[in-house]
Amino acid sequence: MIQISNIEKRFGEVTALNKVSLSVPRGELFGLIGPDGAGKTTLFRIISSLMIPDAGEAKVAGLDVVKDYVAIRRLVGYMPGRFSLYQDLSVLENLSFFASIFKTTIDENYDLIRDIYVQIEPFKHRPAGKLSGGMKQKLALCCALVHKPELLILDEPTTGVDAVSRIEFWDILRRLKDLGITIIVSTPYMDEASLCERIALIQEGRLMSIDTPEVVAGSFPHSLFAVKTNNFFLLLNHLREWKEALSAYSFGEYVHFTPGTEQITERAICDFLKEKGHTEIQVNKTKPTVEDSFMSLMLKKQNQNAS
Amino acid sequence: MRTIGYIIQKEFIQIFRDRFMPKIIFAVPLFQLLLLSYAATFEIKQTRIVILDNDRSVESRRLVSLFQGSSFFSSLTDVEGIEEAEKLINTRRVHQILTIPRGFERKMIVEKSVTLQLITDAVDGSAGSIRSAYAQSIIQRYSMLINTRVTGLNITQPIVATWSFWYNPELQYTTFMVPGILVLLVTIIGLFLTGINLVREKEMGTIEQINVTPIKKIQFIAGKLIPFWIIGLVELTFGLILARLVFDVPILGNPAIIYLVAGIYLVLIMGIGLIISTVSDTQQQSMFISWFFLVLFILMSGLFTPAESMPAWAQIFNKINPIAYFIQVIRLVMLKGSGLADVSVQLISLSVYAFASIVIAVHHYKKTV
Repeated sequence: MIQISNIEKRFGEVTALNKVSLSVPRGELFGLIGPDGAGKTTLFRIISSLMIPDAGEAKVAGLDVVKDYVAIRRLVGYMPGRFSLYQDLSVLENLSFFASIFKTTIDENYDLIRDIYVQIEPFKHRPAGKLSGGMKQKLALCCALVHKPELLILDEPTTGVDAVSRIEFWDILRRLKDLGITIIVSTPYMDEASLCERIALIQEGRLMSIDTPEVVAGSFPHSLFAVKTNNFFLLLNHLREWKEALSAYSFGEYVHFTPGTEQITERAICDFLKEKGHTEIQVNKTKPTVEDSFMSLMLKKQNQNAS
Repeated sequence: MRTIGYIIQKEFIQIFRDRFMPKIIFAVPLFQLLLLSYAATFEIKQTRIVILDNDRSVESRRLVSLFQGSSFFSSLTDVEGIEEAEKLINTRRVHQILTIPRGFERKMIVEKSVTLQLITDAVDGSAGSIRSAYAQSIIQRYSMLINTRVTGLNITQPIVATWSFWYNPELQYTTFMVPGILVLLVTIIGLFLTGINLVREKEMGTIEQINVTPIKKIQFIAGKLIPFWIIGLVELTFGLILARLVFDVPILGNPAIIYLVAGIYLVLIMGIGLIISTVSDTQQQSMFISWFFLVLFILMSGLFTPAESMPAWAQIFNKINPIAYFIQVIRLVMLKGSGLADVSVQLISLSVYAFASIVIAVHHYKKTV
C-alpha cells in the first residue's frame, strides 16, 4: 500500500527526515513510534501529499505522492495531530461538509462510521469545539473515514485523550483494520506500540527498527533488571554512576537497569545498592518491552554520534 | 461547481454563527455613515468672538450690532482690555478678537479710512480661515453701508458675480462625503474580512484538513471569496438606501453602473486581501498589513482632501490606488449622473487591476503546508 524509498526533508538547518525507507502492505495496522520532533508528522504529511519531499520517492497504492496527488487525496483519510475540524460548526455539519466535498454522503458510507458515530450522535448538534477530547477524536476519525478511504493516516490520535478513550480508540482501529483498511498511526506512547501489527521506531528523522512489536522488543541485546528501593532519586543516580552500568532509566515506579556485562546478577546489584545505603531493595530480571528496545537503540546511536 | 456551493454554504453558516461578524457587517456601515457623514464636516456652526470696542461711539456700536445680529457669531463685548481677551483665546474659550480702535468714528469721517484688528485662532487652519472670512464679510457689509450713508448714494459694487455650484448646489458636505464612505465600506468588507477569514483557517489548523481533500485550489478560493463578494454588494445596497433616504444624497446615474464597478472593485480588493492572507500566519498580522494599505489608499484617494491639489508623485501613486478610481466613479455616477462611457477609463483600469490581483493571489496561494 505504501512504498517509501530514501525520502529526505529538510527545514533550513534541520533535517526532519533522513533517507527514510518504509513499506507497508495492504491491510496492515502499522505504528510509527517516536518522541516529539522525531519526524513522524513530516513523514505523514509527505504520505498524504501535503508536503513535497526534497529527495526520494513515495508511493501510495502505486501512485506517486507528488505527481498523482489528486488521486491520492481520494484514497487517503488523514487525521492531523492537531484537531483540525471547524470548531464553530456542529458535529453533523462538519461530517456532512467533509462528506460532500468528497462527493459522497453520510448515508452512503454509514456502515463504516456507524460504530463510532453512534457514540457522538447524542451531541450531533453541538459545536465541535465544545466536545471533550475523546469525542473530538471520534468526530475527526469519522470525518477522515466518511469518504471510505483505503488508507487511514492518523497522526498521534490519542495524544491528550484520557486512558479509557484511548483503549476504545484502539478497539475501533482494530475493527477498521478487519474491514480491510490499511492504517498507519503514530504515537509517542510506547505501550500503544504492542497494539500494532508492525512498528517502526523513529528518532531524529531516521527509522531505527521496523518489525513486529514482539521482535522489536526481543531484539533487546542485553539482560534487563527492574530495580526499586526506598529512595528512587538516589537509586537512579547511583546506578548511572556505577562502573558496571550500561544504562539506567525510570520505567514507571521501577528503574530499568542494564549492566555492561552479562556477569552481573541480581545478587551483585543488591550488594551494590546495600553498600550505597538503600533499603527495601527489589531486583528482578524482566522481559524487555518496545520502550527498552527504543532506549537501547537511542543510546547506541548517541554513542555512535559521540565517537 | 457543487463543491463551491458546499463551501459557500459552510462559509455563510460560519459567518452568521460568529458572535461578531453579523454585527460588524450591519453595524459598521450604519455607524460609519452616520458618524463620518454628520461629524466629519467642514462647516463651522458657531464662532465666539470678543469685540473690544475702544471707541464706544454710534458708528462702532453699529458695527458691533452687525456681529451680534449674525447667528454665526456669539459675541462678548464686556471684556476688559486686550490682555483678558488674549487669555480667553489662549484657553480656547473664544475663537476671535476684533479690536475697534479709539477714535474709530472720528477717523472714518475725517480721514475717510480706518483700520480694525482681527485676530483669529488658527490652531485648526481650515476652521480659522473660514472664521476669518466670515468676519471679514461682515466688516465688508458694514463698510458698504457706511458708504451709502455718508455719500447718500446707493453705491453698489461695480462688478457682481453670480455663482452656482453644479452637482452639489448647496455645497452639502454629506452629498460629497457619503459616496466616498460607501467606497470605504465595500473596501473594509473586501479587504479585512476576506483576509481574516482565510488566515483563520490557517491559524485554527483547519486548512490542513481541507488540504488533504480533493478540493481544487480555485474551488476553495472561489468558495471563500464569493460569500464576501455577496456581502459586499449587500452592504453597498444598504449604504445606498441610507444615503438616499437619510442623507438625501442624489443618485442621478444608473445604479447598475455602480454595481458593475463595485463588483469588479470587490474582486480586486479581495485579491489583495488574499495576497495579504498568504503572507501572514495570524489574524493579527493580516489585520496590520490590511490597515497599512487601507490608510495609505484612503488618505491618498481624494476622499478627504482633493486629489488634484496633491503633489505630482501622489497623483502618480493614485494611478495604482484602487480606492481613488472607485471614489471617482461613484461620485460621478451618483452626483453627476455619468454614464458608462464617462467612467470607461476607471472601469477598464479597475478591470485590468482586478484581473492582475486575482491571478497573482491564486498563483501565490499554496495548497501544501
